[in-house]
Amino acid sequence: MMEMFIYETRQFLEQLEQLALASEQSGNFSEEAVNEIFRAMHTIKGSAAMMMVNEVSALAHSVEDIFYYIREKHPKVIDCSTITDFTLGAVDFIRTETDKLDEGEKADADSGEIREQVKMFLRLFKEANGDNPDVELKKAKPAVVKEPQQYYIPAVKAEEAEKEKHIYAAVVFFDDGCEMEEVRAYAILNSLTDKVTEMHYQPEKLLEDVQSTATIRQNGFKLCFVTDMDIETARKLLERTIFLTKLEFKELRDVSECEFWPVAVQGPLAVVSVEPIKPVVEAANRPVGLERQEHHDLHDGQMISVRVDKLDRLMDLVGELVIAEAMVTQNPDLRGLELDNFLKAARQLQKIDGELQDSVMAIRMVPLEATFHKMNRIVRDMTKSLGKKVRLVLAGESTEVDKNIIEHISDPLMHIVRNSVDHGIEMPEVRKAAGKAEEGIVRLTAENEGSEVIIRIMDDGAGLNRDKILERARANHLFTNPEAELTDREIYSFIFAPGFSTNEKITEFSGRGVGMDVVLQNIKALSGTVSVDSTPGQGSVTTLRIPLTLAIIRGMSIAAGQARYTIPITSIRQSFRPEAKDVFQNPDGGEMIMVRGECYPIVRLYEVYHVQDAVRDIDKGILVLVETDKKILGIFADCLLGVQEIVVKPVPAFIQKISNTHGITGCTLLGDGSISLILDAQSLSSQIYS
Amino acid sequence: MAEEEKAELEEEEDTQKDKYLTFRLGEETYGIDISVVIEIIGIQIITGVPEVPEYVRGIINLRGKIIPVVDMRLRFKKEFRAYDDRTCVVVIDVHDVLIGLIVDGVSEVLGIPMAKVVSPPKLRASQNKYIRGIGEVGENGEAVTLLLDWEKLFSEQEEEILEDIAAK
Repeated sequence: MMEMFIYETRQFLEQLEQLALASEQSGNFSEEAVNEIFRAMHTIKGSAAMMMVNEVSALAHSVEDIFYYIREKHPKVIDCSTITDFTLGAVDFIRTETDKLDEGEKADADSGEIREQVKMFLRLFKEANGDNPDVELKKAKPAVVKEPQQYYIPAVKAEEAEKEKHIYAAVVFFDDGCEMEEVRAYAILNSLTDKVTEMHYQPEKLLEDVQSTATIRQNGFKLCFVTDMDIETARKLLERTIFLTKLEFKELRDVSECEFWPVAVQGPLAVVSVEPIKPVVEAANRPVGLERQEHHDLHDGQMISVRVDKLDRLMDLVGELVIAEAMVTQNPDLRGLELDNFLKAARQLQKIDGELQDSVMAIRMVPLEATFHKMNRIVRDMTKSLGKKVRLVLAGESTEVDKNIIEHISDPLMHIVRNSVDHGIEMPEVRKAAGKAEEGIVRLTAENEGSEVIIRIMDDGAGLNRDKILERARANHLFTNPEAELTDREIYSFIFAPGFSTNEKITEFSGRGVGMDVVLQNIKALSGTVSVDSTPGQGSVTTLRIPLTLAIIRGMSIAAGQARYTIPITSIRQSFRPEAKDVFQNPDGGEMIMVRGECYPIVRLYEVYHVQDAVRDIDKGILVLVETDKKILGIFADCLLGVQEIVVKPVPAFIQKISNTHGITGCTLLGDGSISLILDAQSLSSQIYS
Repeated sequence: MAEEEKAELEEEEDTQKDKYLTFRLGEETYGIDISVVIEIIGIQIITGVPEVPEYVRGIINLRGKIIPVVDMRLRFKKEFRAYDDRTCVVVIDVHDVLIGLIVDGVSEVLGIPMAKVVSPPKLRASQNKYIRGIGEVGENGEAVTLLLDWEKLFSEQEEEILEDIAAK
């Protein structure tokens, strides 16, 4: 988890740096840049708080405040270079801390000074723009204020007091099926590190050893520690562990009573150094210097991280290879020749190409598991700090999607889950009063449907507040249609507008309205869709539909005159030669066809795309029935050319810029090197159906 | 002559400086900075794209890359001429976007020193906004080359086209 955080934070830092520099160069912060920077800082803030890197979180928050102010108030006087200075200063600070974490050290530098400067600057900045600096400041209270209430935050180095030392032994058992026992055990250690002077536990290689989960399930998590807390405080501390079923807790007179306390020479057991603030993971690795190295070697040998753009390039090349292969084997020059040996060799080539393509695809396919499990931690931490009771239920986490896609859904998922816990699920008392179980449930499910993955985030909370959303939408002038004509779904979709938040107070986790527009942007970038549904009092469902892979699809190629079109095979229902008697026109001139008692509209490709010399007689061409969103329409073309795997290439940016190419999502190269346009059944049907 | 020698020296320092690929478009000769030209290819099968202005002929397959092609005759509101053996596509790189320009035929690469380039007169109803300058060719300036401002050509175009579409 820490690795993920470091990796992500680094990416954001890079992005931040570039944005800040570009903005400084251009002399002003564009709205887009402000939004981007704000989002990046916001995400760093959130994940840093999760990882208990509070100095980073607090700093990110204070910098975020500046951009929050810019975004909300559009101040006239902007001191670009100073803001950039601060942003870069913060980036440097966070980067140093992240590097420390990566080295296994503690991120312990104090960002207080920088924060103070940022705060001062923001005051002056606001004054310079004629705003009262105190009003806004209160609204955006720094996350750091919360620190004292969070028990797991490492306190300032407690003086090694002269207090009486106690030795306690504890065995902790977790709920059956609570999952990730080792992480929960690790969380206990984390909560103890700053309060104990020495601590040992079994299994000792908690996070490294795959067996540790099983061991904990069977024998419980045993730990023994020396502390100056009295027995009650210590017990209470342990009892606060979530998913705790049983706690055996006793005081020992001497360390020798503990079976796994190390004897003079250090054995294979884990040792936590006397210095309480050192992170446990590192300590666990330390006793035998070699061990750590071994671990790393192993890691390096089996795993190799590859830049995704290299994989993309490989993918492109394989795609082109497939096309080139088709160009060779189906070369018109070969027509009519007897070429037994050539065909044999060509078949072999085809086979290898196919396998190559499959393996490249497989490299890029990753199960959603890791992303889903990340949410566990989020829910856990949020419930602890918000005082809510929430259980996260995962299903279908073994569903595999393209690496590119995984990277882009992690953020949206995090935001939606956060929103569900923060806004969706009510406080336990409220739930009780409403006759619901005190513990709210957030369900995260994934399933394959055709070439799409559907991820649903369901909560059984209060649901979305329709009136409040309407009110905010009115205030932000978001209406495109008259208010009375809006459907519930349209109203709910307002929450995806940038800066939209119905939450009055800003919490550590959400409320500033950055979340949902990040969701929409990220999902749209994947050519996926997001929709929200909600039943007041019963919860809401956010549905993400995402394509399995962006790169290769199976498509049916059809011809209309000289033009070639490709329809994704998943949206095709059937294709057949229509009979003239089945086709009729409605009074508006719209063509329909009757198929097995159902009536579907017909789209003639040559009409839509102004193709010359295409087949015009309905009974001489072919009709392809395509289905999207339960709506079916018939596409009329000259003939079918065949099904093939196609490499999707975007329509050139130049064309996209100057035309609204309705119904075309991309283009691809056919076997003969000609270009085929990929039809998007969805947008075609949305043009026809109301 | 001395001036030309000096210019040649400068060219040696930067081989692409002040060099233009010239191409014909009807009666006129146009020049475009050699530094933006990626390659010149013969005319290929063009796949039409719906709902674009007439002068955007469509897209072509350039070794696996799909690039749009623009007919420069139509772009400058000249009469359409059927493509023949001499018709060429000049592929240029405008800020990392590849675009193919269909021209009647390419002529040569010319060095035209800055001193020989004059600014076009600012005419009220003129197309000159796409012409950065007019270069004299030959020792006594017996011919002229219109130097294309490729940057303007494809940045301003966007607005104009959108207006066109809106007007329809």
